[in-house]
Amino acid sequence: MTDITNLTLTELVKKIKSKEICSKDITSNYIERSKSSKKLNTYIEETFDDALANSKKFDSKPDLEKKLPGIPIAVKDLYCTKNVKTTAGSKILENFVPSYESTVTQNLWNSGAILLGKLNCDEFAMGSSNETSHFGNVLSPIDNNLVPGGSSGGSASALAAKLTPATIGTDTGGSIRQPASFTGTVGLKPTYGSCSRYGIVAFASSLDQAGPMTRDVKDCALLLEVISSFDNKDSTSIDFKRPNYFSHLNKNIKGKKIGIPKEYRVEGMPAEIEKLWENGKEYLKNCGAEIIDISLPHTKYALPTYYIVAPAEASSNLARYDGVKYGFRVEGENLIDMYEKTRSQGFGDEVKRRIMIGTYVLSSGYYDAYYLKAQKVRKLIKNDFDEAFNKVDAILTPSTPSSAFKVGEKMNDPVSMYLNDIFTVPVNLAGLPGISIPAGLDENNYPLGLQLIGKPFDEQGILNIAYSMEEKINFKLNTSDWWIK
Amino acid sequence: MKKDQYLIEKNGNNYEVVIGLEVHAQVLSNSKLFSNSATKFGSEPNTQVSLVDAAFPGMLPVINEFCIRQAVKTGIGLNAKINKKSIFDRKNYFYADLPQGYQISQYKDPIVGEGSIVLDLPSGPKTIGIERLHLEQDAGKSIHDIDPSSTLVDLNRSGVALMEIVSKPDLRSPEEVNLYIKKLRSIMRYLGTCDGNMQEGSLRADVNVSVRKLGSDKFGTRCEIKNVNSIKFMQMAIEYEANRQAELLEEGGIIDQETRLFDTKKNQTRSMRSKEDAHDYRYFPDPDLLPLEFDDQFIEDIKSEIPELPDQKKDRFIEKFKLSPYEATILVSDLETSKYFEKVIKNSDVKLSANWITGELFALLNEKNIEIDQSPISPENLSKLINLISDGTISGKIAKTLFVEMSKGDKDPKKIVEEKGLKQQSDPKELEKIIDKVILDNPDNVQKYKSGKDKLFGFFVGQVMKASSGKANPKMVNDILKKKL
Amino acid sequence: MTIDLKTVKHISKLSRISIDDQKAKKLEKDLNSIFKWIEKLNELNTDKVEPLTSIAETTLRFRKDQILSKNIREDILKNSPKDNKDYFVVPKVVE
Repeated sequence: MTDITNLTLTELVKKIKSKEICSKDITSNYIERSKSSKKLNTYIEETFDDALANSKKFDSKPDLEKKLPGIPIAVKDLYCTKNVKTTAGSKILENFVPSYESTVTQNLWNSGAILLGKLNCDEFAMGSSNETSHFGNVLSPIDNNLVPGGSSGGSASALAAKLTPATIGTDTGGSIRQPASFTGTVGLKPTYGSCSRYGIVAFASSLDQAGPMTRDVKDCALLLEVISSFDNKDSTSIDFKRPNYFSHLNKNIKGKKIGIPKEYRVEGMPAEIEKLWENGKEYLKNCGAEIIDISLPHTKYALPTYYIVAPAEASSNLARYDGVKYGFRVEGENLIDMYEKTRSQGFGDEVKRRIMIGTYVLSSGYYDAYYLKAQKVRKLIKNDFDEAFNKVDAILTPSTPSSAFKVGEKMNDPVSMYLNDIFTVPVNLAGLPGISIPAGLDENNYPLGLQLIGKPFDEQGILNIAYSMEEKINFKLNTSDWWIK
Repeated sequence: MKKDQYLIEKNGNNYEVVIGLEVHAQVLSNSKLFSNSATKFGSEPNTQVSLVDAAFPGMLPVINEFCIRQAVKTGIGLNAKINKKSIFDRKNYFYADLPQGYQISQYKDPIVGEGSIVLDLPSGPKTIGIERLHLEQDAGKSIHDIDPSSTLVDLNRSGVALMEIVSKPDLRSPEEVNLYIKKLRSIMRYLGTCDGNMQEGSLRADVNVSVRKLGSDKFGTRCEIKNVNSIKFMQMAIEYEANRQAELLEEGGIIDQETRLFDTKKNQTRSMRSKEDAHDYRYFPDPDLLPLEFDDQFIEDIKSEIPELPDQKKDRFIEKFKLSPYEATILVSDLETSKYFEKVIKNSDVKLSANWITGELFALLNEKNIEIDQSPISPENLSKLINLISDGTISGKIAKTLFVEMSKGDKDPKKIVEEKGLKQQSDPKELEKIIDKVILDNPDNVQKYKSGKDKLFGFFVGQVMKASSGKANPKMVNDILKKKL
Repeated sequence: MTIDLKTVKHISKLSRISIDDQKAKKLEKDLNSIFKWIEKLNELNTDKVEPLTSIAETTLRFRKDQILSKNIREDILKNSPKDNKDYFVVPKVVE
């Protein structure tokens, strides 16, 4: 039955609906493979026993009308899951068990899916290599000693290693698209307001979005359709008509105008990425799309802007982790002492660094120079995109400026780590949808991704373009299962 | 120097006291500002706490429309500018009863701008400026006296909507503060936006006090006295603080701008201990919320719900009922009193009603220490009592006895009159009989009266009243006696 | 602008995160390199730009004034680091 884990989500759904296979078979296969893949360190919490029980329960009375009937799915440990430990990759939440469910995961279960477990991630989603997790770094199945990217590194690794048929991540500055690019998988960050943030451990509220991570574009459309919903419990959730992304998926992109922003040709970008981008343009032309050069003049200011806005929001969002109500506490001589010890020992270095940056940029005397300035530049960045979208339907860029790097390679240089998100961050700042699809390999046979950026709420548009390109690219992810011994 | 001006005298120098108030008024609503848990006072600890109120990971605020309406309504009642767009900010600080680590408040763009309140001073009306009114969340409660070694936290109040109403520094004496608080409370009670119950903490104030030499037009350095919860304490705190500052200035000292606490046991203000850790609240717009916006229609709808307010009611009472400004001010100062009055005068003489309410009834309520809506005598029965006086059924003196009888249980005064035979004796034949007997029994005094001792007339009246057990109609007794003697 | 050790300590105090001298020195170095890079924003003149207040281009949605949350004290307190069935417990606070 080893084939089962090779099937895509869509194939699994089809086979379940035609009663070729049952939920228990799928679930037990994924559990087996997950159990033999501990070396990758993808799971923080395994709920295998419950998953198996739930799959049997599903099989006893299968509801085949559901979109994800009896499909086991592991999710990033940033989603609060009822009665299942939720840590956000942090010591400060190491024993936290929510009494509630996030809207996005609830949507999964409502569609018939079954929780396999909680996947490792950078602490509070702050990181680009999954090395900041309190529960240890995650390895990429692509090669020994390679990072899977971050912050949804556990999700990307589990997906690429076939430990889950699909997964969901969160993306604040590239945390879905960058690891997808590093692991040869598909990752989509929806328009801000498309997926509810209710029950997702917050990092930076104005940037955070949930999104699907899958093996191909079809799966991505299906999973997006399931998780995107309007939610009254999230004041920033937007009430727009969500199309049936899956059934509307098509390859007719003839006449679509695709923008190529010249500012994304950054200094020091490897030639192979340049080549990848060129190939992407060719594929699109072959599909009947029109390539148009565009300018997004404020691109180079996106990362500095992001590293003001995101830490500022995070410094406030993470103030609730104070040892009083839940989570880890270090006793102190008095209240302040308790706070300082708890937070000093409960947070890792990267989280502390970002809290400090955020606290500084909001502090008296610096607010205007940093935070206000950043919000103004953010407006300019958004205006760039608005203007570009007057001329084009979507924008094509590389997903990352390089392929995956080695474990430990960038840990001592925060700025070089931050530069990894140079192509993904502007999309979050402008609240736009973006998708990364695997588009080729570098000289080490490490995957490389291309990113498509769409107009607000036009997920369907970029999914269709991605779907067309996917066929032309014909990318095959080959992992040797080196971690299974 | 104006007559009756409140001044602090030190070494022959007169100091004027300048006061501004920040009143925190709890909004009357069923549920909290950003969550759907109850606001009821006095419940078991932590039983009215939602996941949002306790700041669980991933929980998000959703605003209560009614609280917005209440704030707008109050703004209209304060003749203030209503801002159609306002922003919620986060005020960041750590405290045990602040679960989020920040308070959602409004900083730069409040919902209500400048307005005013008119005080009725003995010297005439005085207008006190209102700087602004904004909405914010209340904190929970820290309890220091249950457990000797720890502080306990109850979050029932956490997230309840407050209106912070900031006055301009226009107040000049403890008495003006008294009148200001009472007037503000009266307006909010008329509007039904705050119950103004200071014992339950629905109305608290931070008091800003500074002093300056009489004649100076520059403000002195102010101190803020935090969270004073009764008018009496506010007045005592101001008195203490003004004297402390004046003394300090006389000694050549400098006043530190600082936050102080009023110690109700020692009747002193003292510097707060935490001041070395100067607050830096790092305000920034709450990214979980969008700007609060509404249109003119929204305001117009609320305007149409505004009842007659104290100042208008007072004018109407003076105009329509010919009450003196003094009487009118007293009768409108409290909504319930004015309602009571209007019920009584539906069927009774206005002047008599005003006298009885402000005289006997107020004395009774004072003695029992209860509010008028708990009055043991209903307005209907007081009205009947007044009518019994007007139509001559009982004398004013009997009415007082009857009033005492009525206060023991809200009985119909007519029934008491019948049961106890308190009806006034107004039958001339019956009265003549009594008078004849009195004249017959006191020949000596009749003699003396006739020989010019006019003062003895009172003696005869007294005897007649005594013989009639006080029921004789005094006017008729006078007339008949004069004739007979 | 450079961030000195005193500022680092002040921020750590505001953030309620204690740091020892060694960590403070490391942070001083990190923060300076990050802020040197952030200063790039100063190249831009933004005097006439309105700051972005929300990326979701809608207005705030209102909720009805209804009590929907019941008494969930047990749920609220069950993750609390200090056991108490009625309250959250913190070190004694003296005001």
